[in-house]
Amino acid sequence: MERILTFHDLQSGMADLGYMASDDLAVSIHLALTLGRPLLLEGAAGVGKTEVARVLAEMHDTELVRLQCYEGLDAAQAIYEWNYQKQLLSIRASAEEGTTGQAAEERIFSRDYLLERPLLAAITKDKAPILLIDEVDRADEEFEAYLLEILSEFQITIPELGTVKAQHPPIVILTCNGTRDLSDALRRRCLYSYVNYPDPQMELAILNARHPDLNAHLAKQIIGFVQNLREEELEKVPGIAEMLDFAAALSGLGIADLSKDPEQVQRALIALLKTQSDQAAITTEVTQRIAGKAA
Amino acid sequence: MSRVTKFAAQDAGPAARVAGFMAHLRANGLRLGAAETSVALHALTAMNAYSPDECRNALRPICTGCKEDVDQYDDLFDAYWMDMGRVRTRAVPKLQTKGNNDVHSSRDASGEAGGSAGNATTPDGGDGEAESDGEGKLIATEVRNLSRKDLRDLVRSEEIAEAERVARKLGEALRDCRSRRRIAATKGDRLHFRKIMRRSLATGGEPLQLLKKRRPDRTRNIVTLCDVSGSMSVYAQVFLAFIAGLMRADQKADAYLFHTRLVRITETLRDKDAMRAIGRMSLMADGFGGGSKIGACLDRFATTYAKRFVDGRSVVVIMSDGYDTDQPHVISDALQKLGKRGCRIIWMNPLKGWRDFAPVTAGMKAALPHLDLFTSANTLSDLAALEGELTRL
Repeated sequence: MERILTFHDLQSGMADLGYMASDDLAVSIHLALTLGRPLLLEGAAGVGKTEVARVLAEMHDTELVRLQCYEGLDAAQAIYEWNYQKQLLSIRASAEEGTTGQAAEERIFSRDYLLERPLLAAITKDKAPILLIDEVDRADEEFEAYLLEILSEFQITIPELGTVKAQHPPIVILTCNGTRDLSDALRRRCLYSYVNYPDPQMELAILNARHPDLNAHLAKQIIGFVQNLREEELEKVPGIAEMLDFAAALSGLGIADLSKDPEQVQRALIALLKTQSDQAAITTEVTQRIAGKAA
Repeated sequence: MSRVTKFAAQDAGPAARVAGFMAHLRANGLRLGAAETSVALHALTAMNAYSPDECRNALRPICTGCKEDVDQYDDLFDAYWMDMGRVRTRAVPKLQTKGNNDVHSSRDASGEAGGSAGNATTPDGGDGEAESDGEGKLIATEVRNLSRKDLRDLVRSEEIAEAERVARKLGEALRDCRSRRRIAATKGDRLHFRKIMRRSLATGGEPLQLLKKRRPDRTRNIVTLCDVSGSMSVYAQVFLAFIAGLMRADQKADAYLFHTRLVRITETLRDKDAMRAIGRMSLMADGFGGGSKIGACLDRFATTYAKRFVDGRSVVVIMSDGYDTDQPHVISDALQKLGKRGCRIIWMNPLKGWRDFAPVTAGMKAALPHLDLFTSANTLSDLAALEGELTRL
């Protein structure tokens, strides 16, 4: 892994891989890397939180270990589990061989019988991976408690085996989008950064990076349109991914100017508006008004 | 002239100044400990500490922990480091021996006498309607009562203890079996393999004892929204005691006050000393006993806090009389939005206890279709009696 000296290097390194980070975010990531602390990213859906982890993994040329959280996620699915079937068979076999209980117990509680789940996998890798704990607020509060040991000490305690300590501590990125309030204990262990929707210049840079062949006039219009659309009262505010889809949809439909073909533009809106009531609220007239403002 | 604050020579170096900054943030309600100070110093060594903007960005991820913190961080940073070249005499503040901001004596409560506009049964006299007609009609007013009222005058500590008991009972009534995680239990619906394997070692790998696990009961989260506008001030006593009790009984409960604005009081009420919590709350409830904007406040709740704290496992309790200065459709829109989060909505209207009460106010009428339960509640015993109804929800 090459040594990154200042956050400007990091910023341009990420930009080369197609991720435009604001100064604010770049400094947070830079500190997380230099201080070796987990980074908690919070923000609305679709502002590119998960993407940070992907880009970092690519940049450091290392593996991305991803743990997607959901309600009901527990230690057995996130950290480790014993392979019960294999253990059972082994006990049977040892009974037939006539080995002692002590030896059998030592064998079935060894690493061979352990099923690694993402968190344990992340700390046993030979090269420090990027560990992405995605949407941590979807998991229950009890699950946060499991994370505490891993996040502060980079170790996992397995009662039967002892403590497994990371030889190469992973770079941990946690994301959340405010489904529920996270506990203070978890927040304290992380650096925190709130990721906002990008400003127009930044968003234009993102669009240019992803769709370099788009004509400059249309790109500007799209950004102006999406930025203004976010000001409207919507249930689901479109994120960056939606904006990129919208741009792809427009070029797919062969539209060169947003104010030219209202019908087609309206059709392309399905890439931006994801609920029925939002689609009903943004009528053709509203679209044209916003497009007019953007131009 | 540089905008950067100058420090007096008696202060020992940058470490003391950063410690002073941490103390400054702490005094402004951010929760930071000594560990953060040390991380902050490390962070600054990793950055170009001569550039104020880089320092600002570097300290942000360390000193903030949620969006509210981020919102006030820039101002706090400016106040400390960018004080227009003013000299700060002592970066590390002296230990406070007396005069803690969180403790108030009723002796130094001020400006309270003038604010009696919202007292007893008369609404405040914004337009004089209540004084002139003799029908005792309650009206909502748009005037924000700017004088501060001390809520501790309304609530006594023994009431809080009583309310805590009631709140605990209500919490139990709302128990709901919805957890997806399974824990060991004698009567369960699934086998608990981990335990079975452990036990089977004793019998040579033969699983003789089949242990079970099941889904445990989960309590619902209670979110309370209490109207403290002028027309409600006579009932506020009961409700505030109830909320204070609830927050102490249930660690997950969430509470808000509203009049013309919506204020989150959850953090404040978590204070160990119940009366001090109420005291801190009165500072926040600036405008208490004034006009009411129920619709706007509910809408604000539905679009902001509800997205974070309300889900299918929540019960939202609104305590209000429904006298609103907004258009009635604002209330119904807000409640509809809130309902989409999958929560149960209970409206407690103190006026419902009156004889011949009918929900004739436009606001209340608009709200009714969206409610799961519409009840009266004037006293703590009324609230206790709700237990049966809540079980049925």
